[in-house]
Amino acid sequence: MSSVRSVTTVIIGAGHAGLAMSRCLAERSIDHVLLERGEVANSWRTERWDSLRLLTPNWQSRLPGFGYEGNDPDGFRNMAETIDFLGRYAEIISAPVQTHTTVTSVRRTDTGYTVATDQGEWQCRTVVLAAGACNIAKVPAVAEGVPAGISMITPLQYRNVDQLNRGGVLVVGAAATGAQLAQEIQLSGRPVTLSVGEHVRVPRVYRGRDIKWWMDRAGVMDERYDEVDDINRARRVASLQLTGSDERATLDLNSLTDIGVKLVGRIAGMNDGKAQISGSLRNMCALADLKMGRLLDTIDEWATETGLDGEVDPVERFAPTNVEASPPLGLDLTTGEIRTILWATGFRPDLSWLDVPVLDRKGQIRHDGGVVVDAPGMYLMGMQFLRRRKSSLIDGAGDDARDLSDHLVGYLAGAKVTA
Amino acid sequence: MSSSESSVDNGVNVEALLGAREALSEAPAAAQFTWRATNEWKNGTHSHSEVKGFFGLGEEQQHKSTFTYDVDHPEIFASEDLGATPVEVVLVGLASCLTAGVAAIAQHRDIQLNSVKATLEGSMDIAGILGIDADVRNGFGGITVHYDIDADATLDEIKALVAQSQKRSAVYDIVTNPTNVTVEVN
Repeated sequence: MSSVRSVTTVIIGAGHAGLAMSRCLAERSIDHVLLERGEVANSWRTERWDSLRLLTPNWQSRLPGFGYEGNDPDGFRNMAETIDFLGRYAEIISAPVQTHTTVTSVRRTDTGYTVATDQGEWQCRTVVLAAGACNIAKVPAVAEGVPAGISMITPLQYRNVDQLNRGGVLVVGAAATGAQLAQEIQLSGRPVTLSVGEHVRVPRVYRGRDIKWWMDRAGVMDERYDEVDDINRARRVASLQLTGSDERATLDLNSLTDIGVKLVGRIAGMNDGKAQISGSLRNMCALADLKMGRLLDTIDEWATETGLDGEVDPVERFAPTNVEASPPLGLDLTTGEIRTILWATGFRPDLSWLDVPVLDRKGQIRHDGGVVVDAPGMYLMGMQFLRRRKSSLIDGAGDDARDLSDHLVGYLAGAKVTA
Repeated sequence: MSSSESSVDNGVNVEALLGAREALSEAPAAAQFTWRATNEWKNGTHSHSEVKGFFGLGEEQQHKSTFTYDVDHPEIFASEDLGATPVEVVLVGLASCLTAGVAAIAQHRDIQLNSVKATLEGSMDIAGILGIDADVRNGFGGITVHYDIDADATLDEIKALVAQSQKRSAVYDIVTNPTNVTVEVN
C-alpha cells in the first residue's frame, strides 16, 4: 500500500462535515476520496462519554440529501444512534471512504498537495480539512500547579463516573460539557464544585418549543460570518449550556445549584496547592443572564412579526442566576475534599500533520469562511462559526459544503485557465 | 436607542479605538505597554506620587503633563490627612476604569449617555492590617459598585453596558484576579 494515487480532492475526515462535502463534490462531478483514521464518525465512536446525547433535536440533523426519518423528531440521539445515522449517510451517498488511514502530513506541491498517510500517498489539486474541531482537550497552564495527589481528567478521556475516585470533584468550565458532566457527577454522589467563567445560558424549551427550533426558524443559526459584529469573538463563544434528555429539561447554573453543585468563579491561578478564584463570578452570571434576555427578545420579536404568538405559549422570562453573596476566592486542594479535577475548558483541532504555513500566531488556520487564506485550493470545515452560526453543528455542514464545493469548482476552473 | 450613529456623542472616538484594535492585532508587539508611577515619602504616612511617562506602541510616551497624587491617612489614624488613603485610590482607579469602559461601549453600541454616576464602597476589617487577627485579610472583604446611569436605552441595555465594561476593564481584572508583585530594594 505504498503506491502514490491521484485524485482531484482529498477530504481528510469522514465525519458529518467530510461526508456532506463528499456528497456536494459528487453532485459537482469532482472525483475525491475521504481519508479516515478510524471508521466513519470516528470521534463520535471513540472520543465521547457514555451518556452524551446530541444537543440538537433529531429533526435538526439535516445533511445534503439525508435527514431524520424516525417518529421522534424532538428527541435527542445518543452516541450509538449518531454513529448509525452518519454510517447510513455514508452508505446512501456511496462516500468513497478509505478507513483506517491516518494522515501523517499535508504538503504543498506545484500542482496542489501531497497527502501522506500510513497507507501511502495521495496527490491532489485541492484538499478539504474536515478532521474535527475537538481533537485535543484544552487544559489551562494553571493545571501544572495542581498538587500531586489530585487526579486530573479531560472530557476526551472521561466515559463515566466509575473512572473517578469517590470524593469531591472540581469541574472547570461551565459550557455544555462542563455543565452536563457536573450534573452527572453530582448525581453520582460525588460533591461537585463548578468553576464558572463566561458561559451561554439558554432554556431547553421556550414558549413550548425547543430553543433550537426557535434559533433555527428565526434565522439565528444562519447568521453569516461576514455579517456579525466581531467574528473573532463569535468564534470563541462557549457552547450553549444545553443537554439532550427525554424530559427536555433545562440545564443551567440554577438547576445545578438546586442539586447541590457549588459554584465558584474562574480559576485565576494556582499557588501552594491552592486554586485562586476570580472575584468575577457575579459578572459572568450577569453577562449570561443579559445575553439570554437578548436572545429571548429576538425570538419574541420574530414570533410577533411572523404571527406565531397565538400558536405558541406566552412570553416567559427566567429567574436570574443565583450566586451566593460572597463566593469563595480560593480553594485549598490539599485538604482531600477535592480528589479529582475535570478540565472542561474547551477543545482544539489537532493540526500536527499540516505542513503548510497557514496558521496564525495563535495556532489557528487563517481562513475566510473556510477558504484557507494562504493555501489556494485548501478548505476547512466544521469549525465554530466557520461560515454561519450553525457551522459546527451536523446541521451546519450542508450549507457550508455547498458554498465551499462551489468555490472549489470555481478554483479548479480558474486554475485550468491559468495553467 | 438612538436612530443614527452620528447623533450619539459620548466624547469617545470609537473609530480610533477600533482602528487601534485592528492595527494591534496585526502587530502584537506594539500592544505591549508598561505603566509607571513614582512615589516619595514625605512625612508620617504622607507620600507624594507622580505619573508622567509610560511605554507603548513600541516607544516611550509622555502624558501631556505630570500628574501628582498626595496620599495619606485620616486623623483617626493619627495622621495628618493630607490626601485620600491608598485603598480609596484603588476605589478611584476601579471606578474610573469602569466608567471609561461604560462610555466607550455606549458609543460603540450607539447609546447616548446623559449622566453616569458611580458610588463605591470597600469593606474592610482593619484587624487585618493592625495584626490583631491573623485570619483577617489586609485588603477589602468585598467591594460594591453602584451605578446610576441615565441614558437613551432600556434598563437591560444599560446593565449590559456595565457588565461588558467589567469584562473589558483592566482594574476590575487587577482587583478580582491575582497578580504577581515583585518588590526590589535599591
